[in-house]
Amino acid sequence: MSRILKRMATAYLVLLAVAAVAGPWLTPNGYADQNRDAISAPVSVPHPLGTDELGRDRLARLLEGMRVSLLLAPAASLIAVSVAALAGVWAGWCGGWWDRSLDGASNLFLCLPGFFVLITARAALPLDISPWTSVTVTFGLLGLLGWAGPCRVIRSATRSLSGSGFVTAAHARGSKPHRIAFRQVMPNLAPVLAAQFWTSVPLFLLAEANLSFLGLGVAEPLPSWGTMLKELERPGLVAAQPAVLVPVLLLALCVASLQVVIPVRQVSL
Amino acid sequence: MLLRPALLTLLVWFVSPAAAQWGGTIRFAVQGDPKVTHPWLAADAPSHTVAYLTSAGLIRIHRVTQKVEPWLATSWKWSDGGRTITFELRPGVRFSDGSPFSAEDVRSTLAGVLDPALASPHAAVLQVGGKPPEVTVVNPHKVAIRFAAPPAGWERLFGDLAILPAKSTVAGASAALAGLGPFVLTSRKAGASLTFARNPHYWRMGHGGRALPYADGVEISIQTNREIELLRFERGELDFINKLDPDSFRRLTASHPAAARNLGPSLDPEIMWFNQTGRVAPAYKDAWFRSRNFRQAISLAIRRADLARIAWQSLATVADGVVSPANKAWVNTSIAPARFDLTAAHKLLEKDGFRLAGTRLLDRLGNPVEFSLITNAGNATRQRMATLIQQDLKALGIEVRLAALDFPSLVERISRTFAYDACLLGQNNVDPDPNGLMNIWLSSAPNNPWHPQQAAPATEWEASIDRLMHAQSSTADASARRKYFAQVQEIARTEQPVIYLIYKNLLAAVSDRLGNAQPSLLYPHVFWNIDELAVSPGAGSAKTQLSSLR
Repeated sequence: MSRILKRMATAYLVLLAVAAVAGPWLTPNGYADQNRDAISAPVSVPHPLGTDELGRDRLARLLEGMRVSLLLAPAASLIAVSVAALAGVWAGWCGGWWDRSLDGASNLFLCLPGFFVLITARAALPLDISPWTSVTVTFGLLGLLGWAGPCRVIRSATRSLSGSGFVTAAHARGSKPHRIAFRQVMPNLAPVLAAQFWTSVPLFLLAEANLSFLGLGVAEPLPSWGTMLKELERPGLVAAQPAVLVPVLLLALCVASLQVVIPVRQVSL
Repeated sequence: MLLRPALLTLLVWFVSPAAAQWGGTIRFAVQGDPKVTHPWLAADAPSHTVAYLTSAGLIRIHRVTQKVEPWLATSWKWSDGGRTITFELRPGVRFSDGSPFSAEDVRSTLAGVLDPALASPHAAVLQVGGKPPEVTVVNPHKVAIRFAAPPAGWERLFGDLAILPAKSTVAGASAALAGLGPFVLTSRKAGASLTFARNPHYWRMGHGGRALPYADGVEISIQTNREIELLRFERGELDFINKLDPDSFRRLTASHPAAARNLGPSLDPEIMWFNQTGRVAPAYKDAWFRSRNFRQAISLAIRRADLARIAWQSLATVADGVVSPANKAWVNTSIAPARFDLTAAHKLLEKDGFRLAGTRLLDRLGNPVEFSLITNAGNATRQRMATLIQQDLKALGIEVRLAALDFPSLVERISRTFAYDACLLGQNNVDPDPNGLMNIWLSSAPNNPWHPQQAAPATEWEASIDRLMHAQSSTADASARRKYFAQVQEIARTEQPVIYLIYKNLLAAVSDRLGNAQPSLLYPHVFWNIDELAVSPGAGSAKTQLSSLR
């Protein structure tokens, strides 16, 4: 059963990725084109998911939004896990003062109200940047602020591995410490890193959605999953146009699928 | 024949339900804590609300008829060529602490407000021609006030000025400060609520010779979240909401159609302006923003009708100029309506050396024309407007980068660092009189949007506006004032330092339990006649299960 579920989740994620990549060819409408004579139009052949409050084709915006979110959430996750891997392995391997310092730094980052830090950082950005640069910077900031949680896990795993037999054997062979760290410990942390990567992706997807929901994420006219969810604020819209729920359903399924495909067995050390 | 008066009495009794509705508590919300409770120092909206409930002036502007009516003064007379006004005071009036009201209180109020140590916002308004007025107590019920020059908009001076007892000092200002308003502040919980009780010595009489106000008290919740405010209104926990956004209004229209009140165009415009402080980077943008042709072209390329129809869901009116069409006393009706004309916009840009290269507009130096437009995050309607403007200007070949900022960051940029190109915001006009716009239109004004606090006017047209605004504020001749201010409107229309986009409709929510409500376009909208508002028995009985959500 779990294998079937995993296959279904994988197939769904692949389908989303293909749809995001092929988006511009799947609909003739541009994601920014406003048809002001067809605002909040219902589902129809030219607009399979209807139009939004500015007369923009909802399907075109959903496909573009998926492309933005599915490309940049993994990128943010990669940044977070890379920073976490460097810091965690260093702290776990060196121990002592380094370990205590990085533990303190990660605690500090976990205590920081990341949301407000992000809002403050975004407010300090130049205003003349393109929507794509803006969204890339937003995800980059999310990635840089999200390293602390994975770092603690990676640091613990490194501490466990540093006392294992193959590390002792490497020491006995006369290998240098940094060589052991990178050639012996790092490869054995791969499952942990992969797990941290996959668990962070949905977190960043949701973080961007929250930010965009408040109007502080992706700049118009570029859509993202988060900006698509903003439509749900409008009273009575769900009843009048159930198609408005499609983005939130796809996002929920995407987050659930990512949880299913995470290689759980390999995580335990 | 005898039946007719009886029938009339019966009808009057039915159409004025408040006649029998004494008691109860009026409940509404404000969006923040009042910074002060002293009426002379009120500068923010919650503080003004407290002042309005607890104090009174010599006269009042009836918010529906917009006419001056006697209040603490029963009559007044101008003399000395319009320089001196003599007020006859209402006899038998007492402050909330029971002390009698007299001409000496008026004299001490003016002296207190004009004390430089107090730094009251009223002080500048009272100093006509830069000099404080001389106050003479003629007798306990008559006071004469002499200005250095005939004051313009005198009703504004005395309608807003709270008369306090002669013994009052700022140091003694507290919740217990005695006033002449219908209510007294009895408790204040920071960040949560303000509670008011009826003033036992209030001077106005209601039906049957009984002293107003009809309600026994007022409870104001501090409610920053407008969604929760609407939810609480729908649940019967609030009696009115002073201003609603279009989304909330539509929702209320669906759920409680009788409660949704659309009063038509308000005094509040949505505006856009370019940074003309000279601190724009890169420097070539400065030349664009200082060009009248450029600003006019932008104005011509914006489809204001779409902003009103789409962004404001047809709950706004296209703005033709500085003054709202609702402000009938001051609007210059000879100004041509705002129009959309892309061809005319292109011609104006060509005059300044702009040219199209494919779909992009380039300036005379070959720089692509693009600028950022900042607005505040969290205002869905305004962000819809920004997106529509972005698309409109694309038709001119201009790339607009939208940036939604949290409000403190936005204020920092437009008032301190000036690190922005253009801004889209709303303007709150409390006062229909042009004197209320002095802090926006004077080149030296701190709230001048395009170039605040100029040491001297940077351009000839700004100097003209300064001259005309000062001229209208230093004469009591109403027709001369109208003439001067009409010229200001014409200059503003030609130069477009501020591009007026739409006037939003005043949208309010009024519960059917609130009797005698006559919402007005003028501040404070629903509760301007707070002493006459009555609540049905049992109103607010579902008192607040949601208090934890405040």
